[in-house]
Amino acid sequence: MNFNALRAFMVKELRHILRDRQTLTVLLMMPLVQVILFGFALRSDVRNIRLVVIDPTPDHATLDLRNRFGATSTFRIVGTYQSTDSLEPLFRAGRADVALVFDPDFASHLNGSEPARLLIAVDASDPNTGTTYLAYVRTVIQSYQAELNQPGRQVEIVTQTRMRFNPTLESVNLFVPGLIALVLVLVSALMTAISLSREKERGTMEVLLVSPLRPQQIIVGKVLPYLALAFANVITALIAAWAVFHVPFRGSVSLLLAESMLYTLVSLALGVLVAARTSSQRAAMLTAMLATMLPNALLSGMIFPIASMPSWLQPFTYIVPARWFILIARGIMLKGIGLTLLWRETLVLSIMALLLLAAAMRSFKPRLE
Amino acid sequence: MTLAANSASNGIAIDAQDLTRRFGSFVAVDHITFDVKAGEVFGFLGANGAGKTTAIKMLVGLLAPSEGTAHVAGADIRTQRDEIKRSIGYMSQRFSLYADLTVRENIRLYGGIYGLTPDQIAERTKRMLDNLGLSGSVDDLVGDLPLGWKQKLAFSVALVHEPKIVFLDEPTSGVDPITRRQFWELIYAAAARGTTVFVTTHYMDEAEYCDRISIMVDGKIVELGTPAELKEKYRTETVDDVFVRLARGATKGEAA
Repeated sequence: MNFNALRAFMVKELRHILRDRQTLTVLLMMPLVQVILFGFALRSDVRNIRLVVIDPTPDHATLDLRNRFGATSTFRIVGTYQSTDSLEPLFRAGRADVALVFDPDFASHLNGSEPARLLIAVDASDPNTGTTYLAYVRTVIQSYQAELNQPGRQVEIVTQTRMRFNPTLESVNLFVPGLIALVLVLVSALMTAISLSREKERGTMEVLLVSPLRPQQIIVGKVLPYLALAFANVITALIAAWAVFHVPFRGSVSLLLAESMLYTLVSLALGVLVAARTSSQRAAMLTAMLATMLPNALLSGMIFPIASMPSWLQPFTYIVPARWFILIARGIMLKGIGLTLLWRETLVLSIMALLLLAAAMRSFKPRLE
Repeated sequence: MTLAANSASNGIAIDAQDLTRRFGSFVAVDHITFDVKAGEVFGFLGANGAGKTTAIKMLVGLLAPSEGTAHVAGADIRTQRDEIKRSIGYMSQRFSLYADLTVRENIRLYGGIYGLTPDQIAERTKRMLDNLGLSGSVDDLVGDLPLGWKQKLAFSVALVHEPKIVFLDEPTSGVDPITRRQFWELIYAAAARGTTVFVTTHYMDEAEYCDRISIMVDGKIVELGTPAELKEKYRTETVDDVFVRLARGATKGEAA
């Protein structure tokens, strides 16, 4: 392969991208705007959380903590019981949002060496507000714990949480990986499809095909600059998620970036395939939207949980690249897991990338039809 | 010695034998046979729809022939496309430079694609723009240039790698008479440097500038010779008159 020819071609592609300021601005701002809009839309500021306290052995320590909840405007204690039996009907009737269940030995453990135990049960039927409740409860407990802590006296309060009605919690945290998937497919598939079909439409493709440039070089030259742009987008989305919403990042950044590039390759190959099969920019754009954006947004589990889809539809989600990428990104970002646990998803994406790139190369004809 | 090598050493730049292209049942190019001598300015004439562009696309390797063979610069268009690519320049019917790149960037792109070194590119850019009188516009976007300049620039860029043969598909359509004139001066300059020029046109006055011309009607070459020979044969004043007489029987093109 003639590397100089490829480089000349890539420089040209970069110039196209950099010179079209409007498109570039939109592309660069998109992750930022999407993360912020989706993030705020999914967030709800909560007041008057109805709190039920189960306190089998009331004493000064439990009362102290109970009062702290009562003193905030965020919580309203709607009932105090000694046994957990009353909890279930209250939750079912929707008359409680959060329950605080003290361990019978809470006070004595608080002064002793063993950790004091608390159970927090949250109505998570609306997943987003559910996480918010939990966050508020934790804040109160943490500040209580911090005050008790003095030099020479370490207090340990261990909380256990139970998200009722929705154990696999969806929230802004879970949304960010899906958002990255969407932005990446938009930038890569859509933009390569448009840029390749533009060459066809304007007639410059003919001249490129007559030149010694090989079809593979044309594809690589088209794809690589967008890979760089996609890279920038992932970083923007991550920074926005972290800075604005404090979305945690528990795993390896470089692994996530590498996986993002793998997923981008899949999307880019799709874009090339679309461009090869369509004859105008408009058709390429619409086809790319239909073939990539919609399934990746709707069938990936990003918005609608796959488990709640009709059973005939669920098998189709296996061929949606974003489904796998979202699993990977959530695993890395939220659970902090690495390749040892994600190799299966990574393998699926790699196979998809290879097959689609091969198909893209094949469908990209060195001659006109 | 193979036929290909033979024809190259004979000073034949292009030879086509029974070259045919069908699209379904439509025969766009119908068994055309001709040759073009090295260094010649060869006019490939025909009405719109006569099959000129289809023929040129087969010769430059953009379309596979349905039947027949052709050699370009001694290489077989069916099997030796890579060899052909290095020896030809091509200016398609549509404007082939990038409007959002500057003059210099376009030249650098095509120079780079054809494997020129940065020094060669710099030197040829300067020479080319001096010739065209475009030196002041080297950093202007190509999209901002007037059409005539764009076409002259596209032609010069098609020659940046100094190909043996250059294919021009209706290079002067849509430009004013003065620019057409200047364009032909560029073609002559290239021919004087030894480049074979294969040019399609439907402007019959331009045919007079060619060393030899072929006239295509309904996918077939119906006449081939020097402009003087054809005018003599049909006893007419201009090639235009020759063309009108030949094209009158056309069924496919606009002349029908």
